[in-house]
Amino acid sequence: MTDVIEKVVDTEKQTPKDAVFAAPGEPDSFVSLKPRYQNFIGGKWVPPVRGEYMQDISPVTGKPFCEVARSTAEDVELALDAAHAARQAWGETSLTERAAVLNKIADVIEANLKMLAVAESWENGKPVRETLAADIPLSVDHFRYFAGATRSLEGRTTEIDKDTVAYHFHEPLGVVGQIIPFNFPLLMAAWKIAPALAAGNCTVVKPASPTPWSILKLAELLEDVVPPGVINIITGPGAEIGKALASSPRIAKIGFTGETTTGRLIMQYAAENLIPSTVELGGKSPNIFFADVMAKDDAFLNKAVEGLVLYAFNKGEVCTCPSRALIEESIYDEFMERCLARIEKITQGNPLDPTTMLGAQVSIQQMEKIASYVEIGRLEGAECLIGGEATHLDGELEGGYYYRPTVLKGHNKMRVFQEEIFGPVLAVTTFKDEAQAVEIANDTLYGLGAGVWTRDGNLAYRMGRAVQAGRVWTNCYHLYPAGAAFGGYKISGVGRENHQMMLEHYSQTKNLLVSYSDQALGFF
Amino acid sequence: MMNGSRVTRVVATPAALGAILELTRERGPVIFFQSGGCCDGSLPMCFEEGEFKIGDHDVLLGNVGGCAFYIDHRQFEAWKHTQLILDVGAGEPEGFSIGAGRDRHFVIRSRVFDAGELEALDQSAP
Repeated sequence: MTDVIEKVVDTEKQTPKDAVFAAPGEPDSFVSLKPRYQNFIGGKWVPPVRGEYMQDISPVTGKPFCEVARSTAEDVELALDAAHAARQAWGETSLTERAAVLNKIADVIEANLKMLAVAESWENGKPVRETLAADIPLSVDHFRYFAGATRSLEGRTTEIDKDTVAYHFHEPLGVVGQIIPFNFPLLMAAWKIAPALAAGNCTVVKPASPTPWSILKLAELLEDVVPPGVINIITGPGAEIGKALASSPRIAKIGFTGETTTGRLIMQYAAENLIPSTVELGGKSPNIFFADVMAKDDAFLNKAVEGLVLYAFNKGEVCTCPSRALIEESIYDEFMERCLARIEKITQGNPLDPTTMLGAQVSIQQMEKIASYVEIGRLEGAECLIGGEATHLDGELEGGYYYRPTVLKGHNKMRVFQEEIFGPVLAVTTFKDEAQAVEIANDTLYGLGAGVWTRDGNLAYRMGRAVQAGRVWTNCYHLYPAGAAFGGYKISGVGRENHQMMLEHYSQTKNLLVSYSDQALGFF
Repeated sequence: MMNGSRVTRVVATPAALGAILELTRERGPVIFFQSGGCCDGSLPMCFEEGEFKIGDHDVLLGNVGGCAFYIDHRQFEAWKHTQLILDVGAGEPEGFSIGAGRDRHFVIRSRVFDAGELEALDQSAP
């Protein structure tokens, strides 16, 4: 623990309020930076077997800032060896101790909040005000939630008859594989790692190719906190190590967040090994505004306007991005005018500036995709109400990946209404009545999230039940508290996260069927 | 974009055709599957033939550089009014897809079919 305390003290540097955080590796930065990072296997830093590395690019500048291991299937085996070596002891660790470890992880993340927030912002491009207020604090809470959840989880006992009892125990699966997306590299890792560990499993984690580093900064803090081999992290290309991990007969479960085709591939591999999988595959979430939000010019209306503008949160790189706004026809002009005025006030720039509201897209690949979608939107006849082009910033940021907050007006059959763009691009349309709102909201392949805004509680309830999505935010959006189940309907995925029920996803059920009678059955 | 007078649902740019030629020379036959959803969804995924199990309900959009190009049947319904143009973009693929050569990945650009093309497509499946 001494190291941890030193690291905690190290991050107690003073920064003036609103000052731009120094980039990792700069002398006055909260984040130390090495030129090269190895895999985290068995509690140690292990070089990739083939000695190959790949550059990690910061979307803030478009320039590489360090190297990480370009691992191969051999490294996956090493990580699995370490996880299997730790499996039995961790699975038998008392709930008291297991929960204590999860709480220590939470404590160390909390104590290094600024360091991790700056690292996350630098690698992913998200504004540091979001990592400081959302990503990192939510990660902390997630570990604490599962520390508590696992202690409160009880097995069930059933009296089958007077002398026969069925006992049900939760037993760990063993070693699991977990593949993390690039949009919330630390928070999504927390969502996956916390329940796996809480249920007594060891994990091999593959971070996303564009964001392999911030989780290694977290691992540096965990060296002395988590027993060796319980968490293992390997970096490298998905086609190589993602496949090697997901298809390995040495894992007992695979968890994945990403796109639909890889989701299918993951389930295919799981089928080949006859193991369970949890896949979260994105959405095209409708955010529905009924006319009565404009009934008064008050705090609620202000909240609803922000609710629409939340499509720009995390630059739109959110599986549940409210990227389709459905607005009741009668209020469209007036409501949209207010929303556009709010969107115009979004400041874009250096993500490490605490006043920046919109940062950089994660990669040049994503920039290209966003541009191609806005193009197809225009070709389909969508009207661009604001934005619609890349942002050019000067100086250090010139090579970074910045896209203007964009709103396209059109109809629900357009491709920009049907596919997740994963950028700050909102598709907006109108509806005439409740029935049409439901029809448009559900006219999508996906069903991960949705938003409903109205002052009428009965209408809100009916809509919430009618929209086919795993979560319907009602008079709010983009809240991700631990304890609220998260997962998809339709092709948005299979399984739930973020809730105590995850412990079931990461456990076997052991039934002991016990007879307390001396009487034979009498058959033979 | 047309193949003779026939309208095709998917075509490839010279850069994509070049990358496919090199890939198939190096690793044998590959296929494409149009993805959707989170993260690098909306990108075409390239796999060695046999790696990804094609389902009975997947739609074969066409062939590019001798390689089959598929899409999920539900996604096909939402996308069928547009022609897909396979191209190559900067950067490595972010998911499980094979890249399009060093530091390159496959991308999709799109074009909206005109009424005449849609009519021609209606008469030939899919």
